[in-house]
Amino acid sequence: MANGYSPTQVAIRETTKTRKNGDGTAPGDVTKPEEIRFGEVKHDLPDPETCRTVLSKMMLIRRFEERAGEMYAKAKIGGFLHLCIGEEAAIVGATQALRDGDYLISTYREHGQALARGTHPNGVMAELFGREDGCSRGRGGSMHLFDWEKRFLGGYGIVGGSLPLSAGVALACDYLETDDVILSMMGDGATNQGTFGETMNLAALWSLPVVFVIVNNQFGMGTALHRHSAVTDLSRKSEGFGVPGTRCDGMDALDVHSVVSDALAHAREQRQPQLVEAVTYRYRGHSMADPEEYRSKEEVEEWRRRDPIQAFARRLVDEGVLGQDEVEKLDAEAIEAVDESVKFADKSPFPELDSLYDDVYVFTDEVPAWWTVDERTPEVHRGEREREAGQVPHDLAEKGAAYAGVGDRQARKRRTPTDRRQEGAQQGPGEDGEAAEEVEPGTTDPATAAAGGEVGSAEPADEGGAD
Amino acid sequence: MPVMRYREALNQALREEMRADEKVFLMGEDIGVFQGAFKVTAGLLEEFGEKRVRDTPISENTIVGMGVGSAMVGLRPVVELMTINFSLLAMDQIVNHAAAIRYMFGGQVKVPMVIRMPQGAGHQLGPTHSHSFEAFYLHVPGLLVAVPSTAADAKGLLKAAIRDDNPVIFIEHETLYGQRGEVPENGGPMRFGEAAVRRQGDDVTIIGISRMAITAQKAADSLAETHEIEAEVIDPRTLRPLDLDTIRDSVKKTNRAVIVEEGWPHGGVGANLAALIQEQAFDWLDAPVERVTGADVPMPYSKPLEQAAFPHEEHVVQAALATFRDL
Ligand SMILES: Cc1ncc(C[n+]2csc(CCOP(=O)(O)OP(=O)(O)O)c2C)c(N)n1
Ligand SMILES: [Mg+2]
Repeated sequence: MANGYSPTQVAIRETTKTRKNGDGTAPGDVTKPEEIRFGEVKHDLPDPETCRTVLSKMMLIRRFEERAGEMYAKAKIGGFLHLCIGEEAAIVGATQALRDGDYLISTYREHGQALARGTHPNGVMAELFGREDGCSRGRGGSMHLFDWEKRFLGGYGIVGGSLPLSAGVALACDYLETDDVILSMMGDGATNQGTFGETMNLAALWSLPVVFVIVNNQFGMGTALHRHSAVTDLSRKSEGFGVPGTRCDGMDALDVHSVVSDALAHAREQRQPQLVEAVTYRYRGHSMADPEEYRSKEEVEEWRRRDPIQAFARRLVDEGVLGQDEVEKLDAEAIEAVDESVKFADKSPFPELDSLYDDVYVFTDEVPAWWTVDERTPEVHRGEREREAGQVPHDLAEKGAAYAGVGDRQARKRRTPTDRRQEGAQQGPGEDGEAAEEVEPGTTDPATAAAGGEVGSAEPADEGGAD
Repeated sequence: MPVMRYREALNQALREEMRADEKVFLMGEDIGVFQGAFKVTAGLLEEFGEKRVRDTPISENTIVGMGVGSAMVGLRPVVELMTINFSLLAMDQIVNHAAAIRYMFGGQVKVPMVIRMPQGAGHQLGPTHSHSFEAFYLHVPGLLVAVPSTAADAKGLLKAAIRDDNPVIFIEHETLYGQRGEVPENGGPMRFGEAAVRRQGDDVTIIGISRMAITAQKAADSLAETHEIEAEVIDPRTLRPLDLDTIRDSVKKTNRAVIVEEGWPHGGVGANLAALIQEQAFDWLDAPVERVTGADVPMPYSKPLEQAAFPHEEHVVQAALATFRDL
């Protein structure tokens, strides 16, 4: 580091001296694998078909994430990209416990959740590419995947933001007298948001069918668990609010599955919310722009030796459920599916610029007023006529003036609000009206526009943030 | 004059003010060991230690509220929020407490704190990370609002913000952190409420907010080159207090005004400024005040959509030309 300061040396040692964890434990570096008693609970293998499913889902997620990282390096993917490599057992173990009718909700680190729930890799990759065929039509990107069909209610970019939503979904399940449950996944860092305590209390108070799963990957960005949470046994954090918690081995899909299954059954049948902490580890940086100066390579290596996919595959081979060749075949299939998703995403078109204002509102015909600015006045507004950017501006201004009659100030004055309203009603909300036909669409290549010297766009990616 | 990046200028301001005043301390998510999500606080933990550079949990409302409490009894906290979208989680403490406390207790107490946050689109951070909310904060009496667009302003205004006895919302821009600019050596704090005239011209006044001050300057250059229009470009630098005199005098000279901002149009900074301009300079206006704003939508992720959703140089040129339409 430029200033020659190693954060792990100074800061963490200092913390050790000056601060005690609230639960009385000494704040050592991060949880050591043995501390969560790896391998102590050994579950029997489920039936071969389930074993195969669990393994292949974990493999798909791993391969998908690796490829997404590569695509980010190639600038096919923009913004923030948070990979879940290392956390596959927590994700697949938990989601395999769901019924089809149950709901799932997650954070911005959620590619794995979507894939595990059955969202097609094509739709996920296309979303990362910002394409129209993405599972959120390119609007949301990596942090905001969504799949209504699979009852995957989304990834959310605001830490802790999804927690109240999940209790609300549980409220609806209860209200509508279904026996569906929602699985609400969060990071360790999210347990420090106010929404955590508030949600736990209400979920318990109203006996809602929700199971919270903390994917404790031991860091919130560059801040290790013991530096952000006074209580580091996160399974205890909800207890005072009336939500019992259980800790499980997040590197063992079967342990996660078993604990989450019990929790779901309890929430479904006893109407008591439950919390599960799955202790795992994030192998990669927080996002793609993370220099990872807050932890050592050895620590990462130590956790990689407990790799949940390798360990599970080895066990299946050892116990004769799968042959080594079958394991390799499953992995090859995962790679193939991911290859296919990249091809699909590459071919999928970018959203039409015309669609910029789609879905801001659910339009109804009864409301005769302005909704968004694009239909409010005939004037130049950003977005609405972006296609024109780059054309001779004077030309544009004239065209703009011509179509709306705004060149004539008197005429504009004469256009009363009632007139505009009627025009709006004729046009129907959400349509571009004449403006769209007046100029040639698609004359600006957005990529060129983006590179066209706007402040900061020439900055290399590493100049951006690492949030 | 030394040339440095915007983020370095901010870093210098923090460092200098912390050296000068023991009461100044920093709180924020990943500002210490991680050195800041945008590296603004790099090296400060090393120099000042954990007491004064405090990594916090992800608890925006509470860390801002703790800033308010500590400021009430004499500290001078500088709280960093990772993006302006996350400041929404702290809106309660900012509006109900930071802004109101002095007034509601009859002037007995003050809240000398700074809340820093970056805003802005362009890095495809999508609908929860890339908005521009200066208008939200401009709306609130009791808050000062700074929107620096150059390295020199970043440093001078941050120093002023830290020394000011009011709560200051200090809005940085994500795409400006890497931009270089000249910063005066040993420069002191700048004064709030002094706009910068970035370019002189007689034909049209273009007021650019935050990063849009730079977009406005580019547009002004192309107006001169292509259309023989000499635009005067004003960067207000602080929205509260607002240097309305400079803006009004310019509009009286040029008789035309264009306001450029990245945020949403309804209730935006431009809506407010347009009202002020027409109140104060109506008789001098030869054309309706034009606004160029971000699109009236949550910020989309997809690159072409995102690019379509915030203003570019061409839009500013169009809007400026539109003020000449009737001639
Ligand atoms: C309200 C809010 N504050 C800050 C951030 C920036 N941020 C994004 S991820 C993150 C760390 C979250 O850690 P954790 O909850 O453990 O999840 P993980 O990233 O480890 O999966 C932070 C601080 C955010 N997205 N939302
Ligand atoms: Mg985490």
